[in-house]
Amino acid sequence: MTGTIMGAADISRALTRIAHEIVERNDGAADVVLMGIPTRGLPIAHRLAARIAEIEPAFDAELATGALDITMYRDDLFKNPTRAIGTTSVPDTGIDDAVVVLVDDVFHTGRTIRAALDAIRDLGRPRAVQLAALVDRGHRELPIRADFVGKNIPTSRSERVDVRLEEIDGEDAVILRKGE
Amino acid sequence: MSRPIVIKNANLYGDTVASLLIENGVITKVADTIETPDDAVVVEADGLVVLPGLVDLHTHLREPGREDAETIETGSRAAARGGWTAVHAMANTNPVADTAGVVEQVYSRGQEIGLIDVYPVGAVTIGLKGEHLSEMGAMASSKARVRLFSDDGVCVYDPVIMRRALEYVKTFDGAVVQHAQDLRLTEGAQMHEGEVSAELGLAGWPAVAEESIVARDALLAEHVGSRVHVQHLSTAGSVEIIRWAKERGIKVTAEATPHHLLLTDESARTYDPLFKVNPPLRTQADVDALRTAVADGTIDIIATDHAPHASEDKDCEWAAASFGMLGLETALGVIQKVLVDTGAATWRDVARLMSEAPARIGQVDHLHGRPIAEGEPANLTLVDPKAAWTVTPEALASRASNTPYGGIELPGRAVATFLRGVPTHLDAQLEGAFA
Amino acid sequence: MRHLLTTKDLSKTDALRILDTATQMAATQEREVRKLPTLRGKTVVNLFFEDSTRTRISFEAAAKRLSADVINFSAKGSSVSKGESLKDTALTLQAMGADAVVVRHWASGAAYQLAHGGWLHGSVLNAGDGTHQHPTQSLLDAFTIRKHLAPGGDLEGVTVAIVGDVLHSRVARSNVYLLTTLGAKVVLVAPPTLVPVGIEPWPCDVVHTLDQALDTYEIDALMMLRVQRERMTGGGFFPSPNEYSRIFGLDGDRLRRLPDHAIVMHPGPMNRGLEISAEAADSPRSVIVEQVANGVAVRMAALYLLLAGEEAAQ
Ligand SMILES: [Zn+2]
Repeated sequence: MTGTIMGAADISRALTRIAHEIVERNDGAADVVLMGIPTRGLPIAHRLAARIAEIEPAFDAELATGALDITMYRDDLFKNPTRAIGTTSVPDTGIDDAVVVLVDDVFHTGRTIRAALDAIRDLGRPRAVQLAALVDRGHRELPIRADFVGKNIPTSRSERVDVRLEEIDGEDAVILRKGE
Repeated sequence: MSRPIVIKNANLYGDTVASLLIENGVITKVADTIETPDDAVVVEADGLVVLPGLVDLHTHLREPGREDAETIETGSRAAARGGWTAVHAMANTNPVADTAGVVEQVYSRGQEIGLIDVYPVGAVTIGLKGEHLSEMGAMASSKARVRLFSDDGVCVYDPVIMRRALEYVKTFDGAVVQHAQDLRLTEGAQMHEGEVSAELGLAGWPAVAEESIVARDALLAEHVGSRVHVQHLSTAGSVEIIRWAKERGIKVTAEATPHHLLLTDESARTYDPLFKVNPPLRTQADVDALRTAVADGTIDIIATDHAPHASEDKDCEWAAASFGMLGLETALGVIQKVLVDTGAATWRDVARLMSEAPARIGQVDHLHGRPIAEGEPANLTLVDPKAAWTVTPEALASRASNTPYGGIELPGRAVATFLRGVPTHLDAQLEGAFA
Repeated sequence: MRHLLTTKDLSKTDALRILDTATQMAATQEREVRKLPTLRGKTVVNLFFEDSTRTRISFEAAAKRLSADVINFSAKGSSVSKGESLKDTALTLQAMGADAVVVRHWASGAAYQLAHGGWLHGSVLNAGDGTHQHPTQSLLDAFTIRKHLAPGGDLEGVTVAIVGDVLHSRVARSNVYLLTTLGAKVVLVAPPTLVPVGIEPWPCDVVHTLDQALDTYEIDALMMLRVQRERMTGGGFFPSPNEYSRIFGLDGDRLRRLPDHAIVMHPGPMNRGLEISAEAADSPRSVIVEQVANGVAVRMAALYLLLAGEEAAQ
């Protein structure tokens, strides 16, 4: 089954649901910091923050959102062409004792999240780290699980999942493509 | 008694097709056709150019002292393979060739090996130190019959010493052979001073450091009425000065090396010390001026400045490396490439530049650089101008391998060399005839 | 990027890439935990044929903060005594499995030879070769200028004056090419004795007094080079320290003639009172101390860009 798996409305609904789940799970959003993993995890983190602020007006979406570039923590740096290093920005309040919610577009092998956990450790000591992903496509290679998932999409290893976002790609869609 | 040799249908000087008969080391017949004696060796020489055996006025054989870089034997073999029948061995050995003892030893060793005639050049000053004249008279009257004196490697810098040397050599009609380099202007110098040195951060060796000494020595030679020979001219300015001095009637002669006629300071961009040489490689404008000067006779001769160095003296930082490059085996090919194939000179010119004139300046012209004619000694070089070859440093006969031409194709080469009728070098294709 | 040997063949894209990467590296250095796991398992050799504690420490800090293993190799020898050969040293490093060799050498071209001699597989990073090049110094200078005068952009419209011994300066050579590649205008200020013959093709202007430079150009960054006292003896490139200070030194009066936004730089170590007065060195415009910190970030960037990426591609 290839083609568009999620449209704009699906994505919006999924993010709204995740926002509610985050608030519910953490008994509010007081200590929540959203750390988006570039490239597409970052706009998703901002969208989630905006939705949380709608639920919890005390939540400052701007202040509580950051970017977590994991390039320098990857375990496959020497197996791919040299990657440009992206920006990491931590909310001014820091992440110590916060509940950090890592936000990514596609949850796949778990290696990105492993790298993100290492990066988080160098930035401070959160009370808890949770993971939100728009899509979980399976094929875990590490014992890591997601706390909040927009949609589970069973895939074969050779298939590709493309997440397209308005902020970057001009449209919202999740597309499943055949591998080469 | 060696077998007679018939060289059939050779191209004498590149302009006259004829056959030669060589008997007992002498050319006994030059004719269109020669009846081959029964026991004769026949060399089919169609397309080969015959030149009088080449004479190098500037060779470093390194023996005694640096036998790890070259010996008289390995250098002789390299020379024979390059088409040379005589070389003048520079005095900067260890011990320095500043006594009759050393020059006789070098001369005798050359004769013993027998591949070429080795003519030692005596040092001008004791130990090449530039302070006291060496016993030039003793060297002149020794068995080695030294006529040329040079401190090559260093310049005879002190103008008073230079003047005295020029005067003194008149005693035995000798000549002072000068390595023109102002020592103060070249302290620590690494390469030609210009745009490339500025960019590479290598200490510059200004053209004026050569030209000022060339001018001074020309004037000194004029003043005392003596003969000076200037080695390895490298700049357009030096050419101008020599041209001026000759017009003025000063007894000055000059040489250019094959590498200064081909390579430029651009080579230093590789920081490969194989291109580090004294004097340094100059600019294309200098190369062009040198070629013109060779073509119009301002520069009298081609000399190799064959300078073997052990690998540890070249496999190092540019600034730590020794100056100098091999030249004996590649000279003919380079000269064909830059002068003959470009139309700047003919093979007859090459005979003059690489045999007749150097023999005359070295005062060995009773034996070498002779006409290719009946009754003359059979010192001959056979050149195949179509035998292009790619230089392989390790395959050269020299003990050292510091050639700057590794991997470069040269258009032709010597395929046979005869010293007094004896083949001292035979290309594989000719070996069979002598078997 | 395979090696970093000279700024002359660095494209604008490559140069900006290094500076952008350095910006990210600098950001990590403001954290509590400054060490990154990026180059874990890689071996960086600091090969120093010439003493320079400052440069070595900077590279060592850069490599260690990226978790590379660092081996310091101090090779004896000078232009006078040859010591261990470059080739033998290179073969030793190859046997040790060096992924990158940071080389500082008294001989111009040593880094190039090391990279092209066929003795080593690793990347070579030139940390100063004779009077030729010192690419990371000029990259940190560009980084510092960019941070103060053109955040995030290139150096278009920026005028940089470099004052002092250009002839013997690898810093000047590296900066002339790099800064102009980035769009800056470079003015060299030096006595004619310390300007190399053959400078004409360099993409810069040359003037012979600091006052003339201050009069003629709107200088945004003024870089004072270190004067080697030994250059005054033995054939003297200039008559005396006093005369040098008078014509080329940066004192308070000259400092005040600079535009308000201008910065003062020095690659260090300084000769206070000779090329720069204490007032100028310690003024708020001086970014000299900051240059040192930027050096670590720039070297982290260079090491990252040389060592990260596909091994097969090397
Ligand atoms: Zn010489």
